[in-house]
Amino acid sequence: MAYLIKKPARTLSEQVYAVEAAKGLGITFRRLFTNVFGKAEDKKIATIQYPDESRDYPERFRGVHRLTHRVDGSPRCVACLCCSTACPAQCIHIEPAEYGEGDPRHGYERFPRLFVIDELRCIFCGFCVEACPCDAIRMDTGTHVPASWSREHFIFDKETLMSIPGRDGTYVTDNPRHEPGDPTHPGIDRDHHH
Amino acid sequence: MGGADAGFVTTKIEDLLAWARKWSLFQYPFVTACCGMEFMSLNGPRYDGLARFGAEAPRFSPRQSDLLWVVGTVTQRQAPALRRIYEQMADPKYVIAFGTCAATGGFYDNYTTVPGIDKIIPTDVYVPGCPPRPEAVLDGLMLLQQKIQSGTRHPLVVPPKEVPEMVQLRKKGTSVYYGQKKLEAALGETNPVAALNAAFVEDRTGEATAIPAHLKDHRKG
Repeated sequence: MAYLIKKPARTLSEQVYAVEAAKGLGITFRRLFTNVFGKAEDKKIATIQYPDESRDYPERFRGVHRLTHRVDGSPRCVACLCCSTACPAQCIHIEPAEYGEGDPRHGYERFPRLFVIDELRCIFCGFCVEACPCDAIRMDTGTHVPASWSREHFIFDKETLMSIPGRDGTYVTDNPRHEPGDPTHPGIDRDHHH
Repeated sequence: MGGADAGFVTTKIEDLLAWARKWSLFQYPFVTACCGMEFMSLNGPRYDGLARFGAEAPRFSPRQSDLLWVVGTVTQRQAPALRRIYEQMADPKYVIAFGTCAATGGFYDNYTTVPGIDKIIPTDVYVPGCPPRPEAVLDGLMLLQQKIQSGTRHPLVVPPKEVPEMVQLRKKGTSVYYGQKKLEAALGETNPVAALNAAFVEDRTGEATAIPAHLKDHRKG
């Protein structure tokens, strides 16, 4: 059904347009002069001058990967290949290996002899972090992968990934690990409880 | 660029030209996919990414531009167009692969996607991310400026990967036969696969196997 829209009443200064335009331009130029010549605390500039200043990434930002450490400095990763299986970009390559004879983890856990991530192919979806049962791979580093001019520079090996700290500056995680021999360890199989 | 035998003035002029080039990049955005959104946010007021680096004005003619942004997935059908645009640009020209797809094809592991634009055109800088943060892109842009200033450009074309097994398969003509097998199965022929396998085994050492005539007829019908 039809209805009537009333035109808003206008004053003479609004009707002639020039006065209102001058008001608007006044705001624009006042901002401009304040931002260019004004005192630092008066400036209202939204732009982040990136290389000179930056703002922190959000808390849940998925940055470059890191491999977390155990307390003895070895990787938490047990080379179960969950992350490389979950990876939609297939950018993770792991070669598992056995711990040596006499090591308490021998015959119980494996470790990654090679752990390579192609950070250029990675799409930073975080599926690897979700898939990991050991909290061994994390993306909480708060930094992006730097750009480079060669594809080879993006192949991050195990040593590189283990050298990247988390956002809190540490290489470990808050989740405790229960090593074989610890009183909290549930046992290496069903028949050998501690 | 000026070597050891070049004079002082020449070297300084080259430096000056490089300085002028790196602060007045005219960009050609070849935007194909979702990374374009992040390209816009890079150019928005929060980061004001390219304007602060003297690359504000985009030029939508390759003749007038010298920095080619490849932003997003490049399919095989777009590849000739991209190649042509690159060739139409005047020297000196630079290429930035923006995002995972442009740099490596990303998680598109299929026959329609170019696995990285460096299979087609020389690429100066790769920016990882899906899509990359504006900070990462600015890192890449500053890296390109360093390359321009130093004059050390390494145009990098990665040759297509030759997988030996795949080459063998193509020589034996198995890819032809694979489609033929499916066709025969659909047609309901009496055990055509066995005959094909026999032909394949016989021809193992030879060149690409021709399709037998009696199978060719079915293709028409």
